[in-house]
Amino acid sequence: MSDLIKFVESENKEKRAGFPAFKAGDTINVHVKIKEGAKERIQMFQGVVIQRKNASTNGESFTVRKISNGVGVERIFPLLSPIIEKIEMIRKGAVRRARLYYLRDKTGKGARIKEDKKGMIAKKAK
Amino acid sequence: MSGLIGKKIGMTSFFTEEGKSLGCTLVEAEASIVSQIKTIENDGYYAVQLAYGDCKDKSLSKAELGHLAKANSKGKRKLVEFRTFENQVSLGQALQISDVFKEGEKIIAVGTSKGKGFQGVVKRHGFAGVGGQTHGQHNRLRHPGSIGACSFPGRVFKGTRMGGRMGGDRVKVKNLEILKIYPEKNLILLAGAIPGAKNSFVILEK
Repeated sequence: MSDLIKFVESENKEKRAGFPAFKAGDTINVHVKIKEGAKERIQMFQGVVIQRKNASTNGESFTVRKISNGVGVERIFPLLSPIIEKIEMIRKGAVRRARLYYLRDKTGKGARIKEDKKGMIAKKAK
Repeated sequence: MSGLIGKKIGMTSFFTEEGKSLGCTLVEAEASIVSQIKTIENDGYYAVQLAYGDCKDKSLSKAELGHLAKANSKGKRKLVEFRTFENQVSLGQALQISDVFKEGEKIIAVGTSKGKGFQGVVKRHGFAGVGGQTHGQHNRLRHPGSIGACSFPGRVFKGTRMGGRMGGDRVKVKNLEILKIYPEKNLILLAGAIPGAKNSFVILEK
């Protein structure tokens, strides 16, 4: 990417630094601002991150998947969207892939993700 | 009208305060030099000629270099005339972005669109193609169909839309809002897309 585009996008650096470093497999809680007429309230969306796309550009987005009343629900958030109030890290997951599309075909026990205690994945790679 | 010459850098996206994501184009517009001021007495019409884009002296002819030397300018690749110019300019003046444009203004961008080569009527003119693949049709899915009647008029009318070279045209886009100006890097951020490839010349007009 052009250096000049990086320069222009660098004004979002601070906003980016305010988010935890999450990746695919992690469980996160996204605080979403919702406008109802004049009022504004916060809604939570908690689930597993199944992908992060277009990393480190202004168009970066991530997909969160959760099971709601037995139905799989996926929501795509642009990372820099002003509707995201906060992102909380709930649990780190140990996965070997960057895109967890296989979770869509699994339910119940099969859809569990191991917890990444003390960064096991990072250690193994060494 | 007044304007500048620039170079398309590429696209990115930004969020508005309402939360809308906007596709934006970044244009670099390093100082343009006023290389000639044409007057009605001298040239028969009024125009301001701007020069932009450094290049090696050897890639220009002596005539071109001499013309630029009158404005105390180095070799420049691109010269553009503006028939009206709101700013008061003098020969050899270097026009910065802030001299001509302000943030929030709506401007016009002119560029040369990307060449697409020889294209059929579906891509070039938006024809629908033949439609279904059934009823025995098997080999003319993207064809134009009929191009005219029979023995009257007995010819194909001029201007009938057919396949051919597409792209590489001069394209003008109006109503592009200036979202931001970065004076330290000579950059303009425009909301929307502009014609042409990266690093191609763009004429910005007001």
